[in-house]
Amino acid sequence: MTEYETIIGLEVHVELKTKSKIFCPSTTEFGGDPNTHVCPVCLGLPGVLPVLNKKVLEYAIRAALALNCEIAEYSKFDRKNYYYPDLPKNYQISQYDLPLARNGFLNIEVNGQTKRIGITRIHMEEDAGKLIHQGTIATSPYSLVDYNRTGVPLIEIVSEPDMRSPEEARAYLEKLKAIIQYTGVSDCKMEEGSLRCDANVSVRPRGSREFGTKTEIKNMNSFKALQRALAYEVERQIAVLQEGGRIVQETRTWDENKGVTLPMRSKEEAHDYRYFPEPDLVPLVIDRRWVEEIRATLPELPDERRNRYIKRYDLPAYDATVLTATKEMADYFEECVALYPNAKAVSNWMMGDLSRLLNAHNMDITQCKVSPRQLTDMLKLMDKGTISGKIAKTVFEEMFATGKDPEQIVQEKGLVQITDEGAIAAVVEEVLAGNAKVVEDYLKGKDRAFGFLVGQVMKATRGKANPELVNRLLKEKLHSS
Amino acid sequence: MITIKDVEHVALLARLELSDEEKQMYAKQLNAILEYAQMLNELNTDDIPPTAHVLPLKNVWREDEVGEHLPPEEVLANAPETEGQFFKVPRIV
Repeated sequence: MTEYETIIGLEVHVELKTKSKIFCPSTTEFGGDPNTHVCPVCLGLPGVLPVLNKKVLEYAIRAALALNCEIAEYSKFDRKNYYYPDLPKNYQISQYDLPLARNGFLNIEVNGQTKRIGITRIHMEEDAGKLIHQGTIATSPYSLVDYNRTGVPLIEIVSEPDMRSPEEARAYLEKLKAIIQYTGVSDCKMEEGSLRCDANVSVRPRGSREFGTKTEIKNMNSFKALQRALAYEVERQIAVLQEGGRIVQETRTWDENKGVTLPMRSKEEAHDYRYFPEPDLVPLVIDRRWVEEIRATLPELPDERRNRYIKRYDLPAYDATVLTATKEMADYFEECVALYPNAKAVSNWMMGDLSRLLNAHNMDITQCKVSPRQLTDMLKLMDKGTISGKIAKTVFEEMFATGKDPEQIVQEKGLVQITDEGAIAAVVEEVLAGNAKVVEDYLKGKDRAFGFLVGQVMKATRGKANPELVNRLLKEKLHSS
Repeated sequence: MITIKDVEHVALLARLELSDEEKQMYAKQLNAILEYAQMLNELNTDDIPPTAHVLPLKNVWREDEVGEHLPPEEVLANAPETEGQFFKVPRIV
């Protein structure tokens, strides 16, 4: 049977977090009552003139530089004509043949290897409004339109067809998100739509140099959806080819509930955007000194930060990658290690209990009630022997839920570790007296009985007994009896 | 030469419904316009670089400041149909 190779390229739209829209002074704020964040320009009323928001250009250049792109000397805007009512003008102001930036790349990690994914181009454009339907668009008798999002600035980042699996596509999108977030030009929230992704997918017999016919997949609203949709589409295409069929070039939509991609538009309505230069916006001639000024303000990006963590904090590559995946996570980590030098201990807690609780509550680290100082105070309590590692987990959950200081929780809940030998010895005596049969088993050589006795002492002290002391005292008593 | 087919294509893209007479009429008119524009091809442009803009302007922009919004009743004043504070339009798939 023929073996197939998968070819994937991604088109990613990122909303830039300027205060006002790309061509008018309306607010970009998310939400709001329908049609309240609009003005004559973004409503496309007759006689208005768009004027470019300088911050949009600056942010777009910033993102492009972080993605290793060349910034064009000369760039212009074009009209992309279409008939969807999500833009009131019947066209979108975008960039066609002279985009702002080209020839970039980013690196992803695949099976421990670094792979470079090319970025073809980055251009600026305006976002469209929102169409609201009863049920789905196919069954709704009409569309309701909210133009609040119309004119919010976007950059579109088009990759080369360099990805060879859904996993690589996901790694690319995650890395892209991290880099853009580090530059501070976008929140990149997939759930709020400030990061959106379409994929071009094709397959070809392994060894073939020509590309197969591609389909475009839309409506993937999470990293997981992207990976699932691509895996489905690759399988679908291979099945069609194996049955002797051919792939139809079309746009398909990912149906999250059914777990399938479905055709969206028929071939007869193939795009004919009739691009032409936007006569209302004059060209951009981009000052090289300005570009270099922006380059100079770029922060340390995820790859550099990851490498620094490995070198400076002696962290495993895996820890360093996870901790630097978002800027907020990495900032949190660094605040912690400034207060408490054991970086590996901080990393273990952040990647373990902290991440687990954040995921369980569907939160990100910026919403976390536990401050770096509180987390490190807790680690210090462990080092001092005030609480055991086991108790620390309980304390941390309470800190996470309430935002209280660890000392206060330990006080209030009476969680101070018992390190008083006499007190533990008394409990040990009690446990031994009450479990004569188990003691007998142990003395006959049943090692498992010892674990049971430790468990009983911990239970009697509600987990607060110092584990090493419990072990030592139990052994002493058992062997002296 | 603009054919009836071209007119139908452009009409579809613009979401216009045309009668047969109108298609004939627009084909004739569009051909006349193109014929007129044909004059430009008589000029020698060998040494003229292609250009997208004719104004001697570049880099016109504004600062990132939020301004006034239009009140909802004015936003919807010209809408043929509304529902709540939404524009109501035929669905376009």
